[in-house]
Amino acid sequence: MHIMEGFLPAAHAIGWTVASAPIVAYSAWRVKKVVDENPSTKLLLASSGAFAFVLSALKLPSVTGSCSHPTGTGLGAVLFGPWVMPVMGTIVLLFQALLLAHGGITTLGANVFSMGIVGPFVSYFLYRAVRSSGGSLQLAVFLAAAFGDMATYCTTSVQLALAFPDPAGGVLGSAAKFLGIFAMTQVPLAIAEGLLTVIVMNILTRYSESELRSLNILDRGARA
Amino acid sequence: MTGILKNNKVLMALVAALVILPLALPIAGEFGGSDDQAEGVISEVAPGYEPWFSSIWEPPSGEIESLLFALQAALGSGVLCYYIGYRRGQARRKD
Repeated sequence: MHIMEGFLPAAHAIGWTVASAPIVAYSAWRVKKVVDENPSTKLLLASSGAFAFVLSALKLPSVTGSCSHPTGTGLGAVLFGPWVMPVMGTIVLLFQALLLAHGGITTLGANVFSMGIVGPFVSYFLYRAVRSSGGSLQLAVFLAAAFGDMATYCTTSVQLALAFPDPAGGVLGSAAKFLGIFAMTQVPLAIAEGLLTVIVMNILTRYSESELRSLNILDRGARA
Repeated sequence: MTGILKNNKVLMALVAALVILPLALPIAGEFGGSDDQAEGVISEVAPGYEPWFSSIWEPPSGEIESLLFALQAALGSGVLCYYIGYRRGQARRKD
């Protein structure tokens, strides 16, 4: 999903960086707050970041005959709320930009915006919506992770469309082309990401009950 | 639905199927990166566009690149699995 180095015109690259930077700074403050207020969840927070690290390293084949990778940001967004994820996403994207020539420094702001901000927020709000309308934890986590993943790739498509409008169809025409690549390829991968996130959540409900209660994922008092 | 979603063995089988199916089905495609396809669209709608910045460092070969991708996955799963094993051990002790 990463927009490659140099593949956004300078004005766009700067614009997305300016948009993302304060959010990442606030996110860093929120991560510190979570760790200070609830030190027992520190390991779980690190594990949520680690989950994003693994998943975004896995380039999986899709039915479109091309490959892409999941993002893994839904788990942390559901567990700790969306504000901890911009920092996590930035760490993953920096690793890939500096060591793998995947993504880039000039496109970091845009990529953080899609993967570290839009995806996690979509995940979080979808999770809240499904839970508050009586959906099970598993269903809520599945939908949150899968649609957060899709939202990230749709954002990337729109970012590219804004930078490269189609000469005939304009931004919309161009968006359709980028969505045709990114969103189509991503559908089965988003489902896989949803399922993998549920697998981890199932393990957590078994062995990390007290943490899930303190994070209000499980009702305080009730059995899972 | 929730019944299936609570069964990790079934979920793992479904994930495996999702990954294997595209390779097993007669799909036309070289399984290259979708990023590269996007690059193709860019050169189509904006033929004159030249990337104005290139990566500071690039893995010198496909082998080194796969080494670093494997490292990324190993670091991530290492931390995650350490945590799960740690909590599992704690939960067992309590029983």
